[in-house]
Amino acid sequence: MGANIANGIGASALRKEDQRFLTGAGNYTDDINIPGQTYACFLRSPHAHAAIRKIDTRAAAAAPGVVAIFTGEDLAEAKVGGLPCGWLITDVNGQPMKEPPHPLLAQGKARHVGDQVAVVIAETYLQAKDAAELIEVDYEVLDAAVDVATATQPGQPAVHDIAPDNVCYVWGHGDKAAVDKAFAAAAHVTTLEFRNNRLIPNAIEPRAAVAQYSRSEDAYTLHVANQNPHVERLLMTAFVLGLPEHKVRVIAPDVGGGFGSKIFLYAEETVITWAAKRVNRPIKWTAERSESFLADAHGRDHATRAELALDKDGKFLAMRVHTKANLGAYLSTFASSVPTILYATLLAGQYATPAIYAEVTGVFTNTAPVDAYRGAGRPEATFTVERLVSAAALEMGIDQAEIRRRNFITSFPYATPVGLTYDTGNYEATLAAAMKIADVAGFPARREEAKKRGKLRGLGYSCYIEACGLAPSNVAGALGARAGLFEAGEIRVHPTGSVTVFTGSHSHGQGHETTFAQVVAERLGIPFENVDVVHGDTGRIPFGMGTYGSRSLAVGGTAIMKALDKVIDKGRKIAAHLLEAADSDIVFEDGNFKVAGTDKQVAFGQVAFSAYVPHNYPLDRLEPGLDETAFYDPTNFTYPAGSHICEVEIDPETGVVRVVGYTASDDFGNVINPMIVEGQVHGGLAQGIGQALLEQAVYDPDSGQLLTGSYGDYAMPRADDLPNFKVDTQVTPCTHNPLGVKGCGEAGAIGSPPAVISAVIDALKELGVRDMAMPATPHRVWQAIQSARA
Amino acid sequence: MNVKLSLTVNGKAVAAEVDPRTLLVQFLREHLRLTGTHVGCDTGQCGACTIHLDGRAVKSCNLLAVQAQGAEVTTIEGLAAPNGDMHPMQAAFKECHGLQCGFCTPGMVMSATALLKDNPKPTEEQIRAGLDGNFCRCTGYHNIVKAVQSCAAGS
Ligand code: FES
Ligand code: FES
Repeated sequence: MGANIANGIGASALRKEDQRFLTGAGNYTDDINIPGQTYACFLRSPHAHAAIRKIDTRAAAAAPGVVAIFTGEDLAEAKVGGLPCGWLITDVNGQPMKEPPHPLLAQGKARHVGDQVAVVIAETYLQAKDAAELIEVDYEVLDAAVDVATATQPGQPAVHDIAPDNVCYVWGHGDKAAVDKAFAAAAHVTTLEFRNNRLIPNAIEPRAAVAQYSRSEDAYTLHVANQNPHVERLLMTAFVLGLPEHKVRVIAPDVGGGFGSKIFLYAEETVITWAAKRVNRPIKWTAERSESFLADAHGRDHATRAELALDKDGKFLAMRVHTKANLGAYLSTFASSVPTILYATLLAGQYATPAIYAEVTGVFTNTAPVDAYRGAGRPEATFTVERLVSAAALEMGIDQAEIRRRNFITSFPYATPVGLTYDTGNYEATLAAAMKIADVAGFPARREEAKKRGKLRGLGYSCYIEACGLAPSNVAGALGARAGLFEAGEIRVHPTGSVTVFTGSHSHGQGHETTFAQVVAERLGIPFENVDVVHGDTGRIPFGMGTYGSRSLAVGGTAIMKALDKVIDKGRKIAAHLLEAADSDIVFEDGNFKVAGTDKQVAFGQVAFSAYVPHNYPLDRLEPGLDETAFYDPTNFTYPAGSHICEVEIDPETGVVRVVGYTASDDFGNVINPMIVEGQVHGGLAQGIGQALLEQAVYDPDSGQLLTGSYGDYAMPRADDLPNFKVDTQVTPCTHNPLGVKGCGEAGAIGSPPAVISAVIDALKELGVRDMAMPATPHRVWQAIQSARA
Repeated sequence: MNVKLSLTVNGKAVAAEVDPRTLLVQFLREHLRLTGTHVGCDTGQCGACTIHLDGRAVKSCNLLAVQAQGAEVTTIEGLAAPNGDMHPMQAAFKECHGLQCGFCTPGMVMSATALLKDNPKPTEEQIRAGLDGNFCRCTGYHNIVKAVQSCAAGS
């Protein structure tokens, strides 16, 4: 595909959204103010696990400016439901997962530090906050189950009565017998035990919501920082509040980053929507960052034992994985699917491993809910696979690139033993490109040079795959999804030939307003400037599923392509009439409808005008207007894949790891806007390197207090923690969508953690270090060096 | 007990009465409705609220409004030329794709312009160190650094 017009497909078009973001004209939820609005402040539990004996709100209710106070009891009385989980996992015995209630405000018990106990609504935020401090809660503090590795052991306190052992489900995937057999015959077995560290998403815009109720329309409007407003509305109205869906409008305006954390239906926006009618005033709530730390859904937090069986030549025979996945105190919207469906299905990686078995135990703990965070299950799978491969190569004395090449899948389509069918890929190509760009050949010399300066250099590989473009609805449904996963797009051509695109996808940094406009401009042959993209408003867009899982272009873009097909199809009929030709003789090229083989043609704009001013128009067989909607349900996942190579330098005196080189060669299929794609990779890499070297959510193992509750304690990657990245793309077009695209939003976060950790181990291997936990902080690295030397 | 406050914001004289607890960022966002300055944290670490106070980049969540008494404040809304042309730093951010969700962007741009004022030809290392007080979760900083370099090269 090549651009036929300026800013068409393949062009690094500068972004349409930037003008407003760069001049302070962005419109984020907290920027929205509604006359007469009040402010909500949530009182949160200071304890990880406590029975609530009594809540006394009298003093708070009498405080200045207070409009209303609600507790869990009030919501129970009003018959408000709990937050639903969108994915049913069935355990190894065929039993449904344990689904404890998830009340909007704690009822009877608080189950993690930060659990919402009451809400105060007042004239100003400071008044709401002051009053919240006057609420007296009589807590009976209980022992807490905190650590995923130990929470299922006998004697641990139960987070929920219905799961006395804190097990939500034990889920198995793959052919266990075949795997056990292959292990018995293996020449070599590599075994690793590790934690996939718990992360806090930390979009820089904290969650926020403004809810209002109109008595005249008997309808609600909710502005909320969210990635999928239709899903938010459906869950909130149908499952929690019992409101008519058509009486609630959900608007996700400019959203300052999501990374998964704004997919979910949270208690706060649901409570204020309900309360807006009660108090008959608009209500605004904006999280303070400390609340984001405590009450946004966290990511990762697995404890894993993984084994790889190999023959004597380093060919993979089988893989066996046991993972305990922390789900936190309640099941967040997609929590159950992340460590199962989005994890175990990816354990084949890029390799032709014949047999794989994974068993995942979903565990409740007295910590914040854990759900999808950039990559969602796939970074955990990639870490498992790629660390096993790197460790096996080291143990067997095989070159890191060579062991990968020996096991790559090379013919497509390829059905993995864990349920996916990869449609296309070229893993050799991305590995070769990455090795060239990273100058792997020159590494030994760089290592020697570093040694002279007293530094240790290492190189680490990661060849990842992800399943994106979520998802074929019937497949997802068979696996337990309680929602469809199609996408919707509408192309509204205006009488003057300009176009507004309405998409169910949502942009919170990805640049859809630009990329989607490029697709439409190219297909219709009209100027990029004449196309605007509308997203994020249930009052304007068709029902769509929103943005996560790198799905927007592959699924949302395809819906737009389908709608464009309909527009062109109708345009062809109009043009046939105008040109006095048969429909079948009309071709559409470069923005003109032409009678094939002649020079007779009519421009797209003229056809659009005729559709709305149908004076000379086939009204007997065609409706006027040019406005088409399409829904697209994908037939398969897409499979972006690539090779990452990380080079680190370690100061053995301090344990400080510096990433001195990072190369990513990715195959995202066709690329619409290379500039935006590179930016997506950069951002993902920063989060993945952050996971590998810096970030870690820490709870006190006894009290369940979050010890990393601010930017003072939680190490966010800063500009001087990161290198410049070298990024490259190789292209095998996706075979089952018309744009041939696969998705790029999560790749960086998926591919990078094992590359970094393997580079650290490579640097330290001559000292005898064989393993390194994430994050590889200076303290940890220094200790590893000391104990290796001892 | 409100206190009287007068200062200059984006070249215009402003007078108001504020609760003495009001933070400068709240004054800008809530009283003046200059919502381009963002709040990303409650501990003075993210830099989303960065503005210029008498020509220096400061975190406006770390100051009380009354501390800006008599001062000259510039926010992201006041950075472009009066005819609407973007400041070269804003243009460089667009050109180099130095922003994604845009939430850190106003603070980042205000820090970056102050950085170049103090050091017109910074090295990459100096740029990275200079932006150390501004978090961006989207871009991995790569293109932000490029934008600052490109702006420095152009000026
Ligand atoms: S809001 Fe984070 S530093 Fe000011
Ligand atoms: S662009 Fe989103 S935080 Fe920087």
